[in-house]
Amino acid sequence: MSQIVAHEAPGLGRLAWLVMQRDLRLAWRRWDQVIQPLLFFAIVTMLFPLAISPALDELRRIAPGVLWVAAMLASLLALESLFRQDVEDGSMEQWVLSGQPLSVLLLAKTAAHWLLAGLPLVLMAPILGAALGMPQSVWPVLATTLALGTGALSVLGAIGAALTVSVRRGSVLLALLVLPIEAPVLIFGARAVDLAMQGESVAGPLNLLAAMLLLFLSLGPFAMAAAMRISVES
Amino acid sequence: MHAQAAAASAEPQLEVRALHLWRGEKHLLRGVSFAVRPGELLQIVGPNGVGKTSLLRCVAGLLPVESGEILWRNRLLEHSRDEYHQQLAYLAHNNALKAELTALENLRFSASLRRRVGQTDLREVLARLQIPSCADLPVRAMSAGQKRRVALARILLSHAPLWILDEPITNLDVAGVALFEECMAEHLSAGGLILTAAHQQLLRGRSAVRTLELR
Repeated sequence: MSQIVAHEAPGLGRLAWLVMQRDLRLAWRRWDQVIQPLLFFAIVTMLFPLAISPALDELRRIAPGVLWVAAMLASLLALESLFRQDVEDGSMEQWVLSGQPLSVLLLAKTAAHWLLAGLPLVLMAPILGAALGMPQSVWPVLATTLALGTGALSVLGAIGAALTVSVRRGSVLLALLVLPIEAPVLIFGARAVDLAMQGESVAGPLNLLAAMLLLFLSLGPFAMAAAMRISVES
Repeated sequence: MHAQAAAASAEPQLEVRALHLWRGEKHLLRGVSFAVRPGELLQIVGPNGVGKTSLLRCVAGLLPVESGEILWRNRLLEHSRDEYHQQLAYLAHNNALKAELTALENLRFSASLRRRVGQTDLREVLARLQIPSCADLPVRAMSAGQKRRVALARILLSHAPLWILDEPITNLDVAGVALFEECMAEHLSAGGLILTAAHQQLLRGRSAVRTLELR
């Protein structure tokens, strides 16, 4: 059988590009679902001045924590639907059967997901920070910690999402599973912003966040693929 | 010249030996064995719930083998999974299409995962299945039969020697069934293998078509 011509097979880079292209196009066609986490992030952050006090001095003190908790919950909200539709409509089965490395496909999907659900949070955070009285000098640190942090959260969350995708009402399970592991990211992220506001060096927590992101990026795809195989097999 | 004649003497490429499968407490498949040679179609028949889909999923490598052996070209499935999957086109009950994407976009993505395809290849296959007008239509706007035809177009585009088709002709009209039988006959003549589960007899009267009844 000479129908299969091996040299025509796509390389890893092209595979990743194909998946990202597909997911970004899908997101463009259902943008109303895509902006939900961003809206959630903005609304939660804006509720704090109403509930606590509109005094900027007080808000400034809690701003790093508020922004980070809101960003983390928004990212969790977005993760729930990361793989669900693809598993339900059978696309994921086809990925498993494509003969291509599932880890690469899933990592590309997670990267597209970060572009849609993580990056907007990073870009939006300084504006919300300003609303909570955060000085402009802290914006770069805030955006950097959130960029590293939401990246780490996306990869970790994707492993959890792959594990729980075939469980009915898996979203609660996903939160229980993922939140404890995500706690260090929250601690170091919020701490870095806090330090920056006090004018101190932020190198320590930033390096730790970057290290965590690299660790998750290197091992995460294999865990995702293994978890997804289990979910599809059931 | 006829592949059917050649098929009879050829070595089986797909072999299943004494396959047992449990779903929960239920012992679903009890020692199923069969072999498929190039140019052959094996149709699995049996009442609903007897395990046809599970058997196909198992052979496709979507369900773990609990007891028994599945061999592709004399190699155990577990040892050559990726290679095997590159030679396999699997059609499930669902069409595995994204409702928001057009037929062309869906097909371009799934075919590109395997090899480079051009726009003309895609349009040709859609024309072959007599749905050229659906090319730029989002899948959500299509009828059930049209969606199934797009899913079948994916199988044709895969260029895989082994087709595993779960109820391939659901939702197809009479003309659609005839058309797809033609495609299957062509695939068999080119030395392809088909394993399918269907309630209606496919390719009736053709040689190298066998049925396996599950009880």
